[in-house]
Amino acid sequence: MNQILNFITVNQEIIYIVVLMIFVGIEVIGRVPSVLHTPLMSGANAIHGVVIIGAIIVMGKAEADNHLALILGFLAVVLGMINVMGGFVVTDRMLEMFKKKKSNH
Amino acid sequence: MSQNILTLCYLIGSITFILGLKMLSNPASARKGNLLAGAGMAIAILGTIFLYKDVETGEYLHNYEWIFGALLIGGIVGTLAAKKVKMTSMPEMVSLFNGMGGACAALISIEEFNHLSKEIQTNPNPDYIHFIQPTVLIIVVGLIIGSVSFAGSMIAWGKLNGKVKDFSFTGQNILNLLVLASAIGLAGYLVMHPAHSMMLYIILGLSLIYGIFFVMPIGGADMPVVISLLNSFTGVAAACGGFLYNNEVMLTGGILVGAAGTLLTILMCKAMNRSLKNVLIGSFGGNAAKVSGESSDFGHYKEISLSDTAMIMSYANKVMIVPGYGLAVAQAQHICHELEKILTEKGVEVKYAIHPVAGRMPGHMNVLLAEADVSYDHLLEMEDANEEFPTTDVVLVLGANDVVNPAAKTDPASPIYGMPILDVELAKNIVVNKRSMKPGYAGIENELFFKPKTSMLFGDAKKVLQDLCAEIKNI
Repeated sequence: MNQILNFITVNQEIIYIVVLMIFVGIEVIGRVPSVLHTPLMSGANAIHGVVIIGAIIVMGKAEADNHLALILGFLAVVLGMINVMGGFVVTDRMLEMFKKKKSNH
Repeated sequence: MSQNILTLCYLIGSITFILGLKMLSNPASARKGNLLAGAGMAIAILGTIFLYKDVETGEYLHNYEWIFGALLIGGIVGTLAAKKVKMTSMPEMVSLFNGMGGACAALISIEEFNHLSKEIQTNPNPDYIHFIQPTVLIIVVGLIIGSVSFAGSMIAWGKLNGKVKDFSFTGQNILNLLVLASAIGLAGYLVMHPAHSMMLYIILGLSLIYGIFFVMPIGGADMPVVISLLNSFTGVAAACGGFLYNNEVMLTGGILVGAAGTLLTILMCKAMNRSLKNVLIGSFGGNAAKVSGESSDFGHYKEISLSDTAMIMSYANKVMIVPGYGLAVAQAQHICHELEKILTEKGVEVKYAIHPVAGRMPGHMNVLLAEADVSYDHLLEMEDANEEFPTTDVVLVLGANDVVNPAAKTDPASPIYGMPILDVELAKNIVVNKRSMKPGYAGIENELFFKPKTSMLFGDAKKVLQDLCAEIKNI
């Protein structure tokens, strides 16, 4: 019990961020029209590509002679970057269609 | 100084993610929102590369050539894939990208654990092990969620492009739970005894298997919901990385997507009038095989020729087009717009009835038809369309099946029972274009095709529409 309380105190900032972000996440997309479900999912998909930052840190910390670490890290950065770039570009392409529709009419 | 700038970069990143997501949920600002979040991401990435200092050693990152090489390869592959993909296969592309993110999170966990287990070997005293236990817990959670998301997304991707078939067997749900439970059990063991490093790979294997089995039995019609759910999983996996490195932008981005993705999943279920539990455990594919096996006893269907179709359409007052996945596969959206123009010139009122989940994802048809310049106000949402069907002379169903299946209303045993459908039956004539009599994605027969008012027009949607346009011009 003491250990848990201690953990909460030590990590209180992180716990605050988590709790607040859950509410923010729910709040910001609360009233999305169903037409935008797919682009929104795709946009959120690109945002969780932020995991690439972890991959970059892993990669950048790896010792130059640790080949396994270098290869795994390299792979992680490549995959993360595909997630980020692909995610944002694909979302943009979807939304481009919506914009064209508006200006046409 | 540099650390303060990095903090600022992360703060900017977090704020752009929140604003971007907010703007993405409004049609007018969506595109800007996406670009804003992208810009924030770029700032966070560049900040990390040049300003991040290791907490333990206080050194800047190195291996720049590797990092930039990987960024370049990933960037080019991602951009090309996203640019080249056809509008019709957009959904599976999202699933694929999501899988990459999951795999990335899993790889980070593996690498961090390898790093830790080396430390344990050189420093095996209980105090140190006690000290790193929370870190191991986060690593394992990230590994499980990331690899489930990766394996699941790959299966979802394969299912949407038809490479993976629905597959289920009795007791699969129980087996799934067992696999998941043993992965979690082993994870608990590993946290208690971090020196048993091989355990990590067994957990990895079990999580991958669980990811595969979890998505396998879920039918294609429910795939958008599953992808959205896996999307929020990857968000949580990214947040685990945020815990690991005490990194605020990963934490905010990950949790934000985790929460928003979960809500989005629930909203999608609501749009289809199904509960999430139903989607995940109701396993579409399994029941459907049984249903389609026994029920082909609706009588006979009748075919209609192209010239007859052209005739009834050009003399109609109002024509309603119901697009479905068949239109998307055949890339027939442009010729569909052509047909609309020809009919409009002849004084026929043409409208489109869009089911919320027509195609493979919510909004899929809107995107496709918008690509072909179909005007926004000709697209009717389901409720409005259902009001107009009684005054419609001809309904042309283009490669849609489950969304017009009356079984959703009448047959409680049907796997799609309860899903709102387009009431095309209310119209005077129904022409259904399909490639064959094969059942739709949910794998069930459609009674509509056997109704007296319904006629079948077989063939590839694009070819049929081209011929139809030519016929109508000749009348």
